Amino acid sequence: MMNDTSMMTDKLGANGDEFYNFLMDAHEGLSEEQSHALNARLVLMLANEVGNIDTLKSVIKTAVEFNHE
Amino acid sequence: MPGYDYKPFEVTPPPELDGEGEAKTRYPVAIIGAGPIGLAAAVDLATKGVPSIVLDDNNVVSIGSRAICWAKRTLEIFDRLGIGERMLAKGVTWKTGRLFHGSSEVYNFDLLPEEGHKYPAFINLQQYYVEQYLVERAKEFPDLIDLRFKNKVVEHQDNGDHITLQVETPFGNYELKADYTIVCDGAGSPTRKRMGLPFDGQTFEEHFLIADVEMEESPFETQVPERWFWFEPEFHSGQSALLHKQPDNIYRIDLQLGPESDPKLEATEEKVFPRIKAIVGDKPFKLDWMSVYKFRCAKLERFVHNRMLFVGDSAHVVSPFGARGGNGGIQDVDNICWKLAAVIKGEADVSLLETYNEERVHGSAENILNSSRATNFMTPKSSIEHLFRNEVLNLSSKMPFARKLINSGRLSVPCSLEAKTLQQNDESNGIKQVQVGDVVLDAPVKADGDSTWLVSQVQGEFTLLGVGDVELPDVGGVRRIGINQSNVNYKTLHDEEGLATRRYGEGNAYLLRPDGHVLAIYKSPDAGKIRSVLDHISNPIFEKEVA
Ligand SMILES: Cc1cc2nc3c(=O)[nH]c(=O)nc-3n(C[C@H](O)[C@H](O)[C@H](O)COP(=O)(O)OP(=O)(O)OC[C@H]3O[C@@H](n4cnc5c(N)ncnc54)[C@H](O)[C@@H]3O)c2cc1C
Repeated sequence: MMNDTSMMTDKLGANGDEFYNFLMDAHEGLSEEQSHALNARLVLMLANEVGNIDTLKSVIKTAVEFNHE
Repeated sequence: MPGYDYKPFEVTPPPELDGEGEAKTRYPVAIIGAGPIGLAAAVDLATKGVPSIVLDDNNVVSIGSRAICWAKRTLEIFDRLGIGERMLAKGVTWKTGRLFHGSSEVYNFDLLPEEGHKYPAFINLQQYYVEQYLVERAKEFPDLIDLRFKNKVVEHQDNGDHITLQVETPFGNYELKADYTIVCDGAGSPTRKRMGLPFDGQTFEEHFLIADVEMEESPFETQVPERWFWFEPEFHSGQSALLHKQPDNIYRIDLQLGPESDPKLEATEEKVFPRIKAIVGDKPFKLDWMSVYKFRCAKLERFVHNRMLFVGDSAHVVSPFGARGGNGGIQDVDNICWKLAAVIKGEADVSLLETYNEERVHGSAENILNSSRATNFMTPKSSIEHLFRNEVLNLSSKMPFARKLINSGRLSVPCSLEAKTLQQNDESNGIKQVQVGDVVLDAPVKADGDSTWLVSQVQGEFTLLGVGDVELPDVGGVRRIGINQSNVNYKTLHDEEGLATRRYGEGNAYLLRPDGHVLAIYKSPDAGKIRSVLDHISNPIFEKEVA
């Protein structure tokens, strides 16, 4: 899974910092519960943006590989 | 070698008070503050033949090491001012940064992977050395720089066509008049406060311990000096730690202490020694200096207030992650001095100074944006932010996009001035790396058979730089320099390694400002066009929105 070239490509490029800070700002002032809910919505919406089921499965599997023991 | 020897500068009674000598009644430029920024401004003006008087309330260089990281661009500006090579010789050159999470390395970056530059991405050099070198350089202009220590500015008045300053000295008080005043009195700027100007921004809650330790044996495992940054280090309970080498076997240690810590208690040897030991182990060290800081990002809305010109920390402050404070201030100096000199010599209308405001408000906003993002990444404000931060670090062991998100400081680079009032459209068509608004990109060249560097050849004056097959017209007030040209009646340089040609593009002509920023690029430069660009500089028309 980890050699998936698409996932190993940085697609945010120069916009990485802007994206990250925009995301953190979206969480500002939320309770932990609200933040979890926001994260869940975001995952669902971004999944819809990606669309392709094979890509989605592969991303999920890779993210699971990074689980802390 | 012992720590730095703080020699007080000589303090003499000003001519206004000693009854002898001739006291000038009016100066073209008064500079408040002899920190790195005020001193650099005095030297820059002197290189253009403009006299100034520099007033500082103190008589010694900056105590304790504040700034240590000086960026490539700063060194190139200091090259023009005459201390770049000295800084490079004394400073510790580095370009690799390593990032650790806990005890494992997650990522490392090379800030200048390319060869062919006179100056490296960064050197580390204590601020006191930089100030000392600047004072010594300023003394080489005895007719142009009147440097007065223990001269504190306590009051000022803007009279429309000049400024009056009230100065307090150990010998008594006096008044002086100046056509323009450059305000470089630092982050706490008494001048800014006196004028009641809002200085808005963000204060970070976190406390940071900054310590400089002297040790014979390097605390690094590598021999090459690098920047080491830890998130959640094993040796320190706080969120982050930073280790950096300075000259004289001094190492800078930054430790994040958390918002709850008591700064007074933390800045004691009992608290600091164990923290340092946790990093350096049993290697012997001597504590040179320490303090506990809270950081702030803030700036003035405008840097130009009639004849009061704010430059350096008085105009903007940033958290130090990214080293954008002093480096940003030196870019202010580079930007304002040629403009002020032109205004004072009657070569340009006073509205040229408004372009300093436009360009450097833009530059400092970029610096603040980058510094606050880095500080936010390092100091997560909520458990969710913390979670995201740690998962970025987790993913970064394998995923390149996550590595790019890790932010321990986006290190100072000059901003582009593209699309600001003075800069023109690109009229070249070749492939090139340097764009309109960029600052000159260095390359090795030969002048009369001797090896030199582009940055040492093309800065300081309006310059038309032609590469290869392009004809450079003769325009008054513009120096011409040709690369790989022959049979011309102006200076030529030879590009033996082909780097200058690659960076600027064969057949292009670059019109450069005295601060090395690109005004325009032409395929076929003609005198009329260039003259109209210069006319616009001497009397700029602000069509675009001024920040
Ligand atoms: C811990 C720390 C680390 C840093 N690291 C870096 C770094 O790595 N790289 C970097 O680029 N920057 C760094 N900085 C920022 C850098 O130190 C400042 O940006 C720089 O000192 C600004 O210079 P300045 O001349 O504007 O102000 P200052 O250095 O503050 O100088 C102001 C001068 O004005 C004088 N003055 C004040 N009031 C009066 C008055 N009324 N009359 C006359 N004189 C007066 C003062 O005595 C002083 O000499 C760091 C700062 C800190 C605190």
